[in-house]
Amino acid sequence: MVMPVIQLELAGVDAQERDKFDGGHEMGSNQQLVSPGDLITTDVGFMRGHGTYTKEDGLYASLAGVVQRVNKLISVTPLKTKYQGEIGDVVVGRITEVQQKRWKVNTNSRLDSVLLLSSVNLPGGELRRRSAEDELSMRKYLQEGDLISAEVQNVYHDGSLSLHTRSLKYGKLSQGTLIKVSPSLIKRRKTHFHKLPCGVSVILGNNGFVWVSPTEHEEEGGGSGGFSQNLSQVPTTDRTGIARVRNCILALAQNGVMLWDTTLANAYDACLKYPLTDLLKSDVMREIAFVTRQNLEHQ
Amino acid sequence: MATVLVSETEKLYVLHGVQEDLRVDGRARMDVRPIVVETDLVTHTSGSAHLRLANSDILVGVKAELEATTPARPTEGRLEFFVDCSANATPDFEGRGGENLATEISQALARAYQSAHVFDRRQLGVLAGQQCWVLYVDILILECGGNLFDAVSMAVKAALSSTRIPKISVTAVDGGEPELELSDDPFDGAKLDLRSAPILVTLLRIGNFCVVDPTPEEEACASAGVVMGVNVQGHVTMTKKVGSGSFHQRGLIEALKNGTAIGVELNRQLLNKLEEEDLQGYQRPKFGFLS
Repeated sequence: MVMPVIQLELAGVDAQERDKFDGGHEMGSNQQLVSPGDLITTDVGFMRGHGTYTKEDGLYASLAGVVQRVNKLISVTPLKTKYQGEIGDVVVGRITEVQQKRWKVNTNSRLDSVLLLSSVNLPGGELRRRSAEDELSMRKYLQEGDLISAEVQNVYHDGSLSLHTRSLKYGKLSQGTLIKVSPSLIKRRKTHFHKLPCGVSVILGNNGFVWVSPTEHEEEGGGSGGFSQNLSQVPTTDRTGIARVRNCILALAQNGVMLWDTTLANAYDACLKYPLTDLLKSDVMREIAFVTRQNLEHQ
Repeated sequence: MATVLVSETEKLYVLHGVQEDLRVDGRARMDVRPIVVETDLVTHTSGSAHLRLANSDILVGVKAELEATTPARPTEGRLEFFVDCSANATPDFEGRGGENLATEISQALARAYQSAHVFDRRQLGVLAGQQCWVLYVDILILECGGNLFDAVSMAVKAALSSTRIPKISVTAVDGGEPELELSDDPFDGAKLDLRSAPILVTLLRIGNFCVVDPTPEEEACASAGVVMGVNVQGHVTMTKKVGSGSFHQRGLIEALKNGTAIGVELNRQLLNKLEEEDLQGYQRPKFGFLS
């Protein structure tokens, strides 16, 4: 038997290492980190946004996070949070329940989201009213545990979301792996579907769920909408790429680096000099995040 | 076992990965995720340890108490394991949800530590036939990142190795009632001999192969598994089958062989690190949950 990789460390070995890295990195001058109860400003000209409250003498933070100013509006974006949906967001979710005319979807928000039968594409792309037969075969299309990518169609007054998959880029997800990070780490971009050069596709859900899968080659433009699922074995090279990207995303998330296509590509380049099994070690993860952050500042 | 929802295609991906010896996180079948351990961080216990295996977070406290001996074993003390699955770990543990898992783990530990060859309970004897030390090992599962048996057992071993049994002297026997005197110095105590104490190693069968240190997703894909207690000499102190599936005879033998090798290596590294920590003395900085 080949000797297995086992790494057992004492606590604190890591903390000393971390101090070394943190010393070299300075927060941007316009960034302000606050914890609940911290005074943000005593000026009166500002508007109170999410994550803040006013007391007689000023504006205070009610969350731990980064202060953001948009003109006169001050809000605090929490570092770790449940997902608060907005219309048009791309999300990745897991079906938890099949109900009448709707699926319940776990999207990392406070309440489960709904996906109505009328907001999905039927197999074959037929456009018609949904019949009772469609309702009976709902579980054939999506069953409990299945993963989907979708877009937020509507936000209800209680904060729960209604999703839709009426585009061929959305729908059921096939082989790959899901990573859960904090939603505040996903940077909002024009597109959240990325094909990395290493043969790996990534969906960065706004809700903090990230889907990493092998790139499908034979598609023309849009995607299959999840109607056809490729069940053949994923080749080893793709699998290695996916494992690397997965560990890179975890490394970035653990060290508080925002996720979008540039950071992913940077992190992937940075991780190539390490063997795959080393990417789970916390010092290597920190190094990858550090290099990514540095590259970002130089660009 | 706390189960997570996993779709059929994700399972297929995990299964093929195990077949190819390249798991979802890039590990080979017999690789273990990084482990971080710290002992002696809870001040009001006789010994304690905090262990993190990827996302599994375990806190163990050991409390030594003087109690009456049992008639069957007058010269020996006792070890009592108690597992508490915090609802912080997963909502499934809420109420009595974690109880089955808790008893399963504590029974496995009790069986693994049963033999006198791995843990000599005479170390805990005080006064034959009258008084002995009872070690209450309280295990708190704070976060579930898979592979709880292994993580818990390593934390237990670390906590026991940091345990100091206070020095005690019998001053006078007064009408058959012995008078015991405890030393005032909290550092005046003896450490236990844990060189041959076991840890648990879980091997899960996914498809036709076994993996160690499964993630929660892999646990959801596994049909059967075997938990074994292994000490540093490579002695198997207990085995237990988990899951509803079956093992082929050849597969089982292979699994036990691999598990023993992993167990020996884990034990060796754990003992080395604990010794290293012990050498730093009691004034070393404590990190706790902030490391």
